[in-house]
Amino acid sequence: MASLIQARDLTKLYRMGDETVHALAGVNFDIARGEYCAIVGPSGSGKSTLMNIIGGLDTPTSGRIVIAGNDIGAMADDDLAVFRNQTIGFVFQSFNLLPRMTALENVELPMIYGGIAPKERRERAAALLERVGLGARMTHRPTQLSGGQQQRVAIARALAGNPALILADEPTGALDTNTGKEILALFGRLNREGATVVLVTHDHEVAAATKRTIEMRDGHIVSDRINGGTPRHDAHL
Amino acid sequence: MMRTSDLIASASRALRSNPLRSALTALGVIIGVASVVAMVALGAGAQAQVERSIASLGSNLLIVVPGAQRSGGGVRAQAGGGMGWDTLTMDDAEAIVQLEGVVAVAPSQRARTQVIANGLNWNPQVEGVTPDYLVARDWRIASGRMFDETEERQARRIVVLGATVANELFPNIEPVGQTVRMNGGTFEIVGVLESKGQSGFGMDQDDIVLAPLTTVKRRISGRRGRADTVSQISVKAESEDALGTLQQDVETLLRQRHRTREGEDDFTVQNLSSITEAAAQTTQVFTYLLGGISAVSLLVGGIGIMNIMLVSVTERTREIGLRKALGARQGDILRQFGLEAVTLSVAGGIIGLIIGVAGAWLMTSLFTLPLVISGWHAGLAIGFSALVGVLFGAYPAWRAAKLDPIEALRRE
Repeated sequence: MASLIQARDLTKLYRMGDETVHALAGVNFDIARGEYCAIVGPSGSGKSTLMNIIGGLDTPTSGRIVIAGNDIGAMADDDLAVFRNQTIGFVFQSFNLLPRMTALENVELPMIYGGIAPKERRERAAALLERVGLGARMTHRPTQLSGGQQQRVAIARALAGNPALILADEPTGALDTNTGKEILALFGRLNREGATVVLVTHDHEVAAATKRTIEMRDGHIVSDRINGGTPRHDAHL
Repeated sequence: MMRTSDLIASASRALRSNPLRSALTALGVIIGVASVVAMVALGAGAQAQVERSIASLGSNLLIVVPGAQRSGGGVRAQAGGGMGWDTLTMDDAEAIVQLEGVVAVAPSQRARTQVIANGLNWNPQVEGVTPDYLVARDWRIASGRMFDETEERQARRIVVLGATVANELFPNIEPVGQTVRMNGGTFEIVGVLESKGQSGFGMDQDDIVLAPLTTVKRRISGRRGRADTVSQISVKAESEDALGTLQQDVETLLRQRHRTREGEDDFTVQNLSSITEAAAQTTQVFTYLLGGISAVSLLVGGIGIMNIMLVSVTERTREIGLRKALGARQGDILRQFGLEAVTLSVAGGIIGLIIGVAGAWLMTSLFTLPLVISGWHAGLAIGFSALVGVLFGAYPAWRAAKLDPIEALRRE
């Protein structure tokens, strides 16, 4: 099966004053379509940098990462915007819903930038909210929704562009344990329905809910294993 | 790429979310545009007024008066001889008639005398004229008739009254057919002139009595001076283009007849259209000046927009980061914030236009000026405010578009 994400010798350098920080120091991995995997590591491990590059928000200093046929390092700003719109569905720790818009309008937002006609947009957004279990709350504003409900709206929004990859950054970080479990269950369901999901987290318990854990430390991948099984033989360590 | 309708919806949503701030920001532009519109309209009104009142003296008109005009503008009597005011004659007028491009020549003699009628006294200007005077001055009879050439030659005791004189002496009855007394004689009123209003120099042109020239010479102005002198000759040219040439021809002719050299003239030919032009130019400069000063307040309004847009970009950094993460291109963000600024300024421009027109109407009716507002003014106001929006919205929008989405999303 062809890789959805293929990363080779990926590095990212930051200059902080006189010091050069290797946020990524030569990272190799593949993620196939249909996977449900977690990237874990403490803060400063380089997982956020990796997530930003996978999401097309940042570009690598060297190395090569190709996602669904897009060579991230070689793309111009506007092409990256289209890539984020068409290929990636973001889910954030703090939900990032626009407070003055209803749940439905929030889900429509990426489709506005995709240039989709209003009628089609509305129908798709409504169907997605049904899918995440919020069919009855479409006209509610974020402040009228609980944290778990807000994150469901955000997940519906992430699905709006029909993305190849759902990229979630600490999606349970702002939720209580039970709600967090519900959200992880939702990701699990979406994965069974065919979505490729990558979670970025510092929490090993969250990572354990996925099928594969890529663990990072100091800019390197230190382990890559199938959850509940043996380490992957093809991991590029 | 965002649809235009979504772009507009997004900008109007952002502006409506903070109505007080939007209104105050637009207020700067409203005041600026309103004052530009009002001032330009006022200036244009003043200009139209000046042009109209000078044109009311008669179009394509040359006025020949005795005495030389100094460079300073004053009229000086010819040195020596003691006859500086008697240099123009009826024969001069008849000679001018022969020139090319002349439509009408009207010699006239001015006199001042009391006019008594109906038990009322009035002191108008009394002008002895030939019937062509009305042609030269573009003047019409409101009621009755003008005297004809035969009556003029026969020095008949008849007069035509200006509108002011008619109103003052005959407030309730029709003056035609009545009589007035001047200089001890009785004169029959045969007509009343149409009103011309004030001249550009502030004189009431209707405060006048027209009598046959010979009548005035013999019975009113008395025996002063030679019998055939006149105080003024009005010359009407066939067109405005012919005016300049005709002025030179008249000057040359009179120099030959008076045997004077250039620079020692004992007469002056005034060209009214050049006076009109000068006056119109003055008021136009005045208009530009007022408009320019008002434009400064529009500039201040623009700075207000820039200020608020910068605040808005800072406040909405996280939103901008999110929009970029969801696929907004730099151009989408640029257009969204640019449109917000332009919407503010154009809305301000439209409201300012309405207020400005109302203000101009108020001021012109206060100063009894004509209200001159053209589509040109409206277009200018709207176009200028849109330009202000683009100019002052560009920088904040550019800042928003250039935001790094990672940094922006991290911002609290």
